[in-house]
Amino acid sequence: MKLGFDDLSLRWKIPLRVMFAVLGTAFAVTAALVAREYDERRQNLEAHAKSLARVLANTLVAPLLHDDVWRAWEIIQSAADPSAIAPELQADVVLVTDNEFRVFVSNQPRRFPLGSSPAAQSGTYGRLRAALLEGDPTVQKVVEPADAQHYFVMSPLVADGIALGHVILGYAKISFLPRFMAQVGQALFVTMLALLFIMPISWVWARRTGAPLVALAAAMRQVPERIEAAEIPDLPKTRDEIGQLGEAFQRMLAELKRKQELENQMLVSERLAAVGRLAAGIAHEINNPLGGMLTAIKTWQKHGQPDAIAMQTLSLLERGLTQIKNTVSALLVETRTQDRSFEPADIDDLLILVEGEVQARAVHIDAAVEIGSALPLPATLVRQILLNLLLNAIAAAGDGGQVSLEARAAENKLLLTVANDGEYISDEQMPFLFEPFTSGRESGHGLGLWVVYQIVRQLNGGLSVESRPGRTVFSIEIPYALSD
Amino acid sequence: MGLSVARAQGETLRIGLTPVFLDEQVGFLARWRAWLERKLQRPVVFVQRGNYREVVDLVRGGKIDFAWICGYPYVRYREELHLVAAPLWHGRPFYRSYLIVAADTPYASLAELRGKVFAYSDPDSNSGFLYPQYRLIMQGENPVSFFSRTFFTWSHRGVVEAVGVGLADGGAVGSYVWETLAEIKPHLTRRTRVIEQSPEFAHTPFVARPGIDKDELRRFRALLLEMGNDPEGAELLRLMRLDGFGVVPPKMYDGIAQIAARVRR
Repeated sequence: MKLGFDDLSLRWKIPLRVMFAVLGTAFAVTAALVAREYDERRQNLEAHAKSLARVLANTLVAPLLHDDVWRAWEIIQSAADPSAIAPELQADVVLVTDNEFRVFVSNQPRRFPLGSSPAAQSGTYGRLRAALLEGDPTVQKVVEPADAQHYFVMSPLVADGIALGHVILGYAKISFLPRFMAQVGQALFVTMLALLFIMPISWVWARRTGAPLVALAAAMRQVPERIEAAEIPDLPKTRDEIGQLGEAFQRMLAELKRKQELENQMLVSERLAAVGRLAAGIAHEINNPLGGMLTAIKTWQKHGQPDAIAMQTLSLLERGLTQIKNTVSALLVETRTQDRSFEPADIDDLLILVEGEVQARAVHIDAAVEIGSALPLPATLVRQILLNLLLNAIAAAGDGGQVSLEARAAENKLLLTVANDGEYISDEQMPFLFEPFTSGRESGHGLGLWVVYQIVRQLNGGLSVESRPGRTVFSIEIPYALSD
Repeated sequence: MGLSVARAQGETLRIGLTPVFLDEQVGFLARWRAWLERKLQRPVVFVQRGNYREVVDLVRGGKIDFAWICGYPYVRYREELHLVAAPLWHGRPFYRSYLIVAADTPYASLAELRGKVFAYSDPDSNSGFLYPQYRLIMQGENPVSFFSRTFFTWSHRGVVEAVGVGLADGGAVGSYVWETLAEIKPHLTRRTRVIEQSPEFAHTPFVARPGIDKDELRRFRALLLEMGNDPEGAELLRLMRLDGFGVVPPKMYDGIAQIAARVRR
């Protein structure tokens, strides 16, 4: 892929732009100044040349009238100043011609012999003559032949309103250049000097402006795959656009995180629901023949005459079928239609029930109960939930561990919390925590939490687990309707 | 009130100068004037003009007392003017006319300058005008049309400069001025080359106005003649590259008179 300037990182683009802006400004200003200077110089030179030509023309009238070549020569010599401050003010060619455009005198006698026609020198002087013939011969003219190295100021020598001849001053066009090149060079030098100071400042400034954006862009690239890596701690907390952008980005990250969590929970719930439906279906299918089989075994035990081996086999079958029945009924959690209400005393019962386990493991158990009276919730199911959670907690807490139970009724909700300080549930285990036959321990068939989940769902409650090293908390929330 | 009226001691003495010598050296002139005033015990002024003729007219008209002029105007007006003295150059009161061209040109004779530009010093100069005219006439040429263009520089030094810069292809100049310039301003003469020399002519004379007081003439002549005996006078002569002044007979200028007569014819 070809990368253009537009694809450059901001950390380069901003300083480069600043540099271009500074250079551009400097060049524009320099160019304007040089152009102005050139203009002024040119105007000065022209004004100077015109006035010199006029003075010479006035002074040379008498020598020309008197045909006094030497006097004319002395006059044009006096106009030349080889030590002039501005060399471009020095006329290269001073030529005095008579009314027939013949050389009367010049500052280059060998080049312009007296009495010869300057037009014989080069086409340039021929054009000068043509320019002289155009229009009023008594008016000063400035001629700049395009191909000549000089430009010319021609002033007439006027006596009594008649042009006797002309003073022609030729100034080198080229003599402007060295001074102007020097000036451009000087301007460049000053610009570079300024850049030397401005560039590091603009560089730092641009880097500082660009850095948050660059960091933000790097963070954005991590979204949505690796949201944790996209966290950027050092965005400036300013109120400008960058600060707002950083804030918005952080907000977006939080939203994304929440959404991801929700999606994960949804996945877990859906899976659990599917598993639940499957389990219930299988349980029903198994339950019907199972009931028949157990009845048949019982009938035969009671009314048939089985021998010893048959009795033993029947007993084996009965135990096995009973175990299947227990397992299946555990899977098949059903709200019994008829049940008494849950009472605070139920919790005391439960604590007594788990007393054996507590003793065995030397676990310390804490119970905080804030339930004033019976709640319109099926007692058996709530007891089941609490029993399973307590047994799990005691088992997880381990020897000498700590388990706490909290039960609270508030705002038409029963809030149950069971916590322990035992081994925590890892992130890998968490998604499968409530699936059947999943057990973190060697003992147990892995149906305890499955049952809890199924009951809570059937009671339209909510369930959450929070587990970190040293503390694992199961929180359950079951709504109930107040009896009228 | 005429200036020709005899004046008493202490009245200003007026001396006309022409470029027969290097008369543009203002510093030298101030020194010379101071010396003359000291010696004569009276004020002295030098009178200079743009050409020989004006100075000659002034002395002829008695407006100035003495004048250092060329032999050519002297011979024209020698009936009116009194000859005072002539400079001694290389010990003798003679000089020549030089025909010069620019050093980097190939011209070797006057004849080769036909159709060229020529610079004369002054129409009243023997060496700078009369002699070259005479030469052309003697060669059967018409001095008016021989050159394509001629001009006067109104001084011998100007001729040297004009030829040196190429303003003129050739020029006529007095040998005394050219040789003096060659010593004190060699860069000027170095650009020129002498291609022909005239025979010797009587040197440029000091003359006195008509009707000059005899004593005054004698006193001034004596001062010129004694110049070399005085340290400052000798220094002034050295600066002029002269050996002194000497009395010369008027007939010594007959050579110039003959040439003038030939040219005028």
